[in-house]
Amino acid sequence: MNWITRFLTSSLGQKVIMSLTGIFLILFLVVHMTGNLQLLANDGGRSFNVYAEFMSENPFIRVISIGLYAFILLHAIQGIVLYLANRKAKGSTHSTGKVAGATWASKNMALLGILIFAFLCLHMGDFWFKMRFTDQLQMVTYDGHHTAVQDIYSRVSAAFQNVWIVIIYLVGVFALAIHLVHGFQSSFQSLGINHKKYTPTINAIGWIYTILITSGFAIMPLYFFLQ
Amino acid sequence: MKILDGKVPPGPIAEKWENYKSTIPLVAPNNKRRLDVIVIGTGLAGASAAASFGELGYNVKCFSFHDSPRRAHSIAAQGGINAAKNYQNDGDSVHRLFYDTIKGGDYRSREGNVHRLAEVSTNIIDQCVAQGVPFAREYGGLLENRSFGGVQVSRTFYARGQTGQQLLLGAYQALSRQIGLGTVDMYNRHEMMDIVMVDGKARGIIARNLLTGKLERHSAHCVVMATGGYGNVYYLSTNAMLCNVSAAWRAVRQGAYMANPCFTQIHPTCIPVSGDYQSKLTLMSESLRNDGRVWVPKRKEDAEAIRQGKKSPNDLKEEDRDYYLERRYPAFGNLVPRDVASRAAKVACDEGFGVNPTGLAVYLDFAAAIQRYGLSEANTQGNKNPDAETIRILGEAKVEELYGNLFEMYEKITGDNPYKTPMMIYPAIHYTMGGLWVDYNLETNIPGLFALGECNFSDHGANRLGASALMQGLADGYFVIPYTIGTFLSNDIRTSRFSADSEAFMAAEKAVDDRLKGLMNIKGNQSVETFHRKLGHIMWNYCGMARNAEGLEKARTLIRALREEFYKDVFIPGTDNDFNPELEKAYRVSDFLEMGEIMILDAYNRNESCGGHFREEYQSEEGEAQRNDDAYTYVAAWEWKDTSTEPVMHKEELKFENVELKTRSYK
Amino acid sequence: MKLTLHVWRQKAANDPGTFEKHNVEADEHMSFLEMLDVLNQTLIEQKKEPIAFEHDCREGICGACSMMINGRPHGPLNGTTACQLHMRHFKDGDQIWIEPFRAKAFKVVRDLVVDRSSFDRIIQAGGFISVNTGQAVDGNTIPIEKERSSSSMDAAACIGCGACVAACPNGSAMLFTAAKAAHLGILPQGEVEEDRRVLSMVTQMDKEGFGRCSNTYACEAECPKEISVTNIARLNRAYLKASLRSDL
Repeated sequence: MNWITRFLTSSLGQKVIMSLTGIFLILFLVVHMTGNLQLLANDGGRSFNVYAEFMSENPFIRVISIGLYAFILLHAIQGIVLYLANRKAKGSTHSTGKVAGATWASKNMALLGILIFAFLCLHMGDFWFKMRFTDQLQMVTYDGHHTAVQDIYSRVSAAFQNVWIVIIYLVGVFALAIHLVHGFQSSFQSLGINHKKYTPTINAIGWIYTILITSGFAIMPLYFFLQ
Repeated sequence: MKILDGKVPPGPIAEKWENYKSTIPLVAPNNKRRLDVIVIGTGLAGASAAASFGELGYNVKCFSFHDSPRRAHSIAAQGGINAAKNYQNDGDSVHRLFYDTIKGGDYRSREGNVHRLAEVSTNIIDQCVAQGVPFAREYGGLLENRSFGGVQVSRTFYARGQTGQQLLLGAYQALSRQIGLGTVDMYNRHEMMDIVMVDGKARGIIARNLLTGKLERHSAHCVVMATGGYGNVYYLSTNAMLCNVSAAWRAVRQGAYMANPCFTQIHPTCIPVSGDYQSKLTLMSESLRNDGRVWVPKRKEDAEAIRQGKKSPNDLKEEDRDYYLERRYPAFGNLVPRDVASRAAKVACDEGFGVNPTGLAVYLDFAAAIQRYGLSEANTQGNKNPDAETIRILGEAKVEELYGNLFEMYEKITGDNPYKTPMMIYPAIHYTMGGLWVDYNLETNIPGLFALGECNFSDHGANRLGASALMQGLADGYFVIPYTIGTFLSNDIRTSRFSADSEAFMAAEKAVDDRLKGLMNIKGNQSVETFHRKLGHIMWNYCGMARNAEGLEKARTLIRALREEFYKDVFIPGTDNDFNPELEKAYRVSDFLEMGEIMILDAYNRNESCGGHFREEYQSEEGEAQRNDDAYTYVAAWEWKDTSTEPVMHKEELKFENVELKTRSYK
Repeated sequence: MKLTLHVWRQKAANDPGTFEKHNVEADEHMSFLEMLDVLNQTLIEQKKEPIAFEHDCREGICGACSMMINGRPHGPLNGTTACQLHMRHFKDGDQIWIEPFRAKAFKVVRDLVVDRSSFDRIIQAGGFISVNTGQAVDGNTIPIEKERSSSSMDAAACIGCGACVAACPNGSAMLFTAAKAAHLGILPQGEVEEDRRVLSMVTQMDKEGFGRCSNTYACEAECPKEISVTNIARLNRAYLKASLRSDL
C-alpha cells in the first residue's frame, strides 16, 4: 500500500484529517465572527453589506471559500465514517452504568456535528444561497461606494424578528459551543500535542475561544430580536 | 534407592561453567530447523527459554494455560532481581553472590549450579536493559540498587514495585517477537495433561484446549517444562489462584523424581488472614524490610488490649515495643533471611504477642524511616531546623516514592493507612524450593525432559533469598538451557519428526481422557474448592512453618483419607468436552492431593531443621534451626509410581568443596 | 451485607446472553472476586453452573480480571482492578450489575470471560525491542535520564487487562497500544526501531477491529494503572512522524 493511502486510511490518519480540518474551521469561525460583528455597527447596514459584497465577489476569497466548503464536507463525512466504524467496533452494549472520565460532549461529537451541519444548511439557505443564486435581495447604493450592493443586512434584520429563527440560531450556536469545547483540545491531542507544561494553556485558550466565538454569534440574533 | 549423579563438570568452581560451555555439543543451524522443542509455561523461565530457542532457530511450540503468555505468575514478583554487578562498589562479587545463596539456602543446594547462577546474573541485567526493562535509575542515569534480606550488599535491581512484571513483559515481548516471526507457535489456553514417552524419552505432550475441552497430541524432540511451583498445595498462599503442580506431577507420574519437596518458603511479610472466605494471601515485598521495623508489644497486656481494639499501636511508647528481629539478630536486624524472619514472627505470636484479632500478626513500622528520610530530605532542601510536620510530609513523600504502590495495595486490602498506623503482617507460603530433580544440564532423570525455574529444585537449597527467583528463572531460560539442551538434541539430529498419531500418543491421550471422564463421573456432593481448602488446612497445620514427626504421621493419614473422599464425593458441574474451569481445578487438586503426601514424607524423612524446613525436634535452646550435616547433606529425590505403591527415595549427595558448612548465623 | 447481583450469563460467543439475578451475603473485608467465589460455591452446591470469570493473581497485576461492575471496568474505585476492589465500598442492599468487558474485538467466551488475544497480536506486530539473547552490552553503557526512565515505567505499568477498550465508547485500543509504544519508544534502546514499531502496531490494531480514538479519555479515567492519555498523544505524534519521515 502506498504510504499516503496507508496513512489516510489508518485510524490515526483519519484523526489527523479530523484534527486539521477542525483547526481550519476553528480559524474560519474567527474570521466569520469578527466580520459579522459589523452587523452591530449601527450604520443602517452599510459596512456589513459592503463587507458581504467583498466576501462574495473577491476572487481570492472565492477560492478560499471553495476550500472551506470542501473542508466542512470532509470534516463531516470523515466524522460520520469514524462514527459508524466506532459503533461497529463497540458492538452491542448492555451497559448498566456510566464510565468515568468521558464528558457528554466527547461522547456525542457526531450528534453535535449533525446538529451543526443541519443548522449550517438552514443558515446558508437563508442567507448565502439567497445572495448568490437569487434576485430576492434588494439592491442598495451607498455614497462613496462604486456599485450597488445586495441588502443582505435587511434580510438578516428581518429574519431575526422571527422568534423561531432566533431559537434555531441559539440552539445551533449552543451545539457549536459544546462541539468546540471538546473539539478544540481534541484536535491538538490528535496531532500529538499534549504536554503537562502546555496542555493546560491550550485547554484554557480553548475555553476562552469557545466562549468568545459562540457568545459573539449568539449576540447577533438577540440584538436584532430585542431591538 | 539409587545414588543420582548431578553431572556437575569437573574443575575449579569459577571455571566449571565457562569450560563446560565450550565443550557442550552444538547443533548446527541447518539441523536446528529440523528439531522441535516443546516449552510448557510462559513465565520468566518458559518465555525466556522459548524466545531464546526461537532465536537460535529451533522449531518451538509453546504452551500456556492462560489467555496470554503475559499473565504468568512471575508477573507478581515485586521487589527485584539480584545480580553480582557490584555497581555500588560495596564489595559484591560473583563469589559473594554464590556464597550468600549457598548460605541462605542453608547448605542444601548444589554448588555448581549456584555458582553458574551467580555468574550469569550479570548478563541477565544487561539483557533486560537491552530489551527495554525500565529499571530504577539514579540522577546520573545509571542503574540503582537496593538491599534485600540475608545479604550485606546492595545488589538488587528493581523497577518500582513491579520488577517481576517488567521482567516478564521483557521476556513476553521477546517471545512475541518470535511468534511474529513464526519460529514459535504459541498455544494459549492449552494445558499440558501428560508427557508422552517414546522409548524412554520425553517426546511430546497431551494438551487440553481449555476453551473446547478437546485433547491434542503434540510431538517434539524434547520437552522443556517451566511450570512453576506448588505453593498452592496450601490453598492459601501468595501464589496466583491458577498456579498448580499438575504439569510437574504428571512428569513425576511418568517417572521423573521430585526433589526436596518439603523445602517450602514462608514469606514473612504478607497481609494477615482476615476471614475463612479468603482465597489467597497478598505479599508485601521484602524490600519493605529495608526501611520497616518489625515489632510486637513488650507486654502481653498491651498485645491483648490491641487485639481487643482498646489500644492502638501508636499509643505504645518506644520502650514498650519489642523490635525482636533487631534484638535477636543485631548484625542483620530486620533484614534477616525469610525463614528466620518468618519463624521469629511465629514465635512472637505463639507466645501471645500477636496484634490483630486472630492473634496472628506483627507490626511492620515505617515511622522511623519517615522521620529519617524527612530529616535528610529537609537538610537537602537547605532547611536545617525543620518542624515535625515538615519532616513528616517530606518523609512520607520519600517513602511513597520508594514503596507507594505497596502502601496503596495494603490500604486497598485492609482499609488501613500504613503511613499513619504500622502495617500488620504475618508469614505466608510463598515459594517452593523443591521441584523436579534436574542435573547440571537442567535435565530431569527422564531423558529429553528438562525443567526450569521454580519448577526445578536446583538453586535455592532449603531457603531462597529475596530477589533470587527472578534471577533463577531468567538465568535458566536465557543463559543455561539454550546451551545445555545441546547435550540432548545433538544426539537427535538424525531423528526424524515424531508422528503424534503413533501408538504411544494414542495411548497417552486415551489415558488422559479416561482420567477426566473418571473425575466427571464421580458426581458427588462437595465442590473442588472444599477439598482444596481441607488439603490446605492439613498442609499448613502439619507441614507448614513448623513440623514434627507426630504431626507429619497424622497428616499422612489425613491426606490419604481426604484423597479417598475426593474420589468418592467431588462434584464437577458441566462436561469434559467444553470450557470448564471447575474440571481444571479438579484435576489440579487431585494432583495436589498426591503432591501433599510426598511433601509430608520428605519432611518426615528429613530429621533436621534447615531453611524453610523447621522440625520442632531439632532446634537449639534459643529456638534456632539445627542442621544435621552428617546425615542430611543430600538431595532427597522421590519416585512416585501410584497411590498404592510406597514412594522410593533416591539420593544425590551434596559435595561442598568451596564453602565451609557453618551454622547459619545472622546475629 | 446482603447484595443483589445481576450477572451476565452467556454460554458462548454466539449465544445472546442475559442477566441473571442472585442474592449474596457478603462480608465487607471480602474482595469482589471472593464475593463471587462465595456465590459460585453456592451455585455448585445447588449443582448449577458457576459463573465463569477470569482471575489469577488477585493482586492487581496479572490483568486477568475482565468485568464491568455497575457499568464501569473493574468497578467504582479508580486505579483499582476488580480483584483489589473490596466489598467495603458497597452498601448493604446494593444492586450490583456485573457484565463482561464489551467490544467487538473482545468476543465473549463464557459469562464474564472474554477473548483478548488481539492484544497479544498487537504486541507480536512490533511491541518489542529486537535484541536476541546474549547480544546486550553492559547495562550501564547507556545512561538514561531518571525522568525519562520513570515516564517509560509509567507507560510500562500497563497490565493488558483491556479496561481501556471496555471503557471507551468507541471500543478503541489506543491506550493499550500507545502505552507499549511509549514504554519502548521513550527509552534510547527502543528509539532505534520506533518508526517500524508504531507503523506495524497501529496497522495491527486497526486490523483487529478496534474503534478509533475520539479523545474522550474514558480510558485514562478507568485504567486500573492510571496510564495517561499523553501516551496516546505521543503515539499520534510518533505515527505522524513515522509516516512522514521514514522510508517505511
